[in-house]
Amino acid sequence: MAEPLLRVENLVRSFGGIKATDNLSLDVLPGELHAIIGPNGAGKTTLISQLTGQLMPNSGTVHFAGRDVTRLPSYQRSRLGLARSFQITSLLPDFTAADNVALAAQAHNGHSFRFWGAARKEKHLRDAAQAALSRVGLAQRGDVPVSELSHGEQRELELAVALATKPQLLLLDEPMAGLGVTESARMVALLKELRKEVTIVLVEHDMEAVFALADRITVLVYGRVIASGDPDAIRSNEEVKRAYLGDQHAVTRHG
Amino acid sequence: MKSQINVRNVVVALVALGLLLLPLYSALTGNIFILTLFTRIVIFALAAASLNLIMGYGGMMSFGHAAYLGIGGYAVGILAHEGIGSGFIQWPVALAASALYALVIGALSLRTRGVYFIMITLAFAQMAYYIASGLSRYGGDDGLTIYKRSTFGGLIDLSNRVQFYYLCLGCLFGGVYLIWRIINSRFGMVVQGVRSNEQRMQAIGFHANRYRLVCFVISGTMCGLAGALLANNTDFISPAGMYWTRSGELMVMVVFGGMGSLFGPVLGTIVFLLLEEVLSQFTEYWALIMGPLLLLIVLFARGGIMGLLGRLSRG
Repeated sequence: MAEPLLRVENLVRSFGGIKATDNLSLDVLPGELHAIIGPNGAGKTTLISQLTGQLMPNSGTVHFAGRDVTRLPSYQRSRLGLARSFQITSLLPDFTAADNVALAAQAHNGHSFRFWGAARKEKHLRDAAQAALSRVGLAQRGDVPVSELSHGEQRELELAVALATKPQLLLLDEPMAGLGVTESARMVALLKELRKEVTIVLVEHDMEAVFALADRITVLVYGRVIASGDPDAIRSNEEVKRAYLGDQHAVTRHG
Repeated sequence: MKSQINVRNVVVALVALGLLLLPLYSALTGNIFILTLFTRIVIFALAAASLNLIMGYGGMMSFGHAAYLGIGGYAVGILAHEGIGSGFIQWPVALAASALYALVIGALSLRTRGVYFIMITLAFAQMAYYIASGLSRYGGDDGLTIYKRSTFGGLIDLSNRVQFYYLCLGCLFGGVYLIWRIINSRFGMVVQGVRSNEQRMQAIGFHANRYRLVCFVISGTMCGLAGALLANNTDFISPAGMYWTRSGELMVMVVFGGMGSLFGPVLGTIVFLLLEEVLSQFTEYWALIMGPLLLLIVLFARGGIMGLLGRLSRG
């Protein structure tokens, strides 16, 4: 079996008396799409934030591409090839869509202590930005300020920004959040394409999307993993049904 | 981008031209006072422009920018006092001292954000103020008279009003040009990105604070140059020049002109200092008028003068 790209071991993070991540272990294999599901408050976003370094765990380790990254700040993890999208859209609102993506490309193209040349005229950065924008279907929207993009477009831009960092592992925190039916369908189609190129960890509430996309699913409840396996195994797992899938019918129906 | 003829650009061009031609006007009318006044305005405009780099573009609300005026000035004054009159030594020392101060203060202050950043930069500037007050060898509270302006081996005579004015103006235009290059460069994009959304910038791979710190140092160094000019202009340096109210005035100049606009601080400084000049002729309580004016600008014209002009440009 292949060496996991991401290995999380015995991760613990508590806020006050609440254990948001409770002795959590998890492997993500190269090339797979690994979905993390769980009811609200299960600690999914807390987990993602610890994987990307925005939040430090109290104990436990995170290994990425064979390297211990537990204590690395987020900008260094990004350089190693870890990219994330945010559940609550997090972009640079006073910049254009193309600027947002070009900055992501710039971050991975040498240092930025260059004070003289005009960054917006650097062709390879603009080309990289344009390529990533095309990838998510925003090719025509590059010059539009982020604040004028629709919510759906902003979600797609989040993805383009992450892609422009040329990640090995993409951590997507509810990319479908707030999307309409058509937009969701487009996002699922897009993720189906992306998963051929990059390993993805997907946190998502949309069960239909999760079961359509995932190779493996890990179920979190109260910061603990209660089950992990392929979609079929998860669907038939009694504990999952009991603890989490109150709407189990939805799952079986869409399987 | 595209260059356009609109109200804003025309005003900026006219002001720049006016500044260039001012000595001519002064010579023709025999009005020496206006040249003296505008030399001071130009120097403060450089200080305000440097503050705008971190405040407007970098989102760092430094409330201690007057410290650099003092440090640049004291570098010139102290060296002059010790018999080193060459500007080739004085000025690099002024710049280096400002840069070093900015580096140390920045490294400590940039651990904080928001109100704490404002307070900590204020605290450090007040420390610098009290240190200057304690320099008994250099006049302490009373300040230090500079008997001879910096010399540049005969290249330029700082005692000549017109030459000195053009030196100051050259520094201002050079400074604004430098800021323009910086904000459009890779570095400037990162700094503005961090202002916009720091967490996002970290997540895509930028060590935000490193860029902020360098920006902070560039700004401080530029203001140190203004300090060296100011000391030469007044032939005098005292702790009062780095008191926190001076830092506040610099902020007001930036806000007047328009934070985060290239030429705004220049316009803001001109308006602020001219108003101060005119109003103080009528009443010593000129601040009573300046205050409400500032309120109006903050409440109704967020972009300051440049913002208003921009609105006019769009019709």
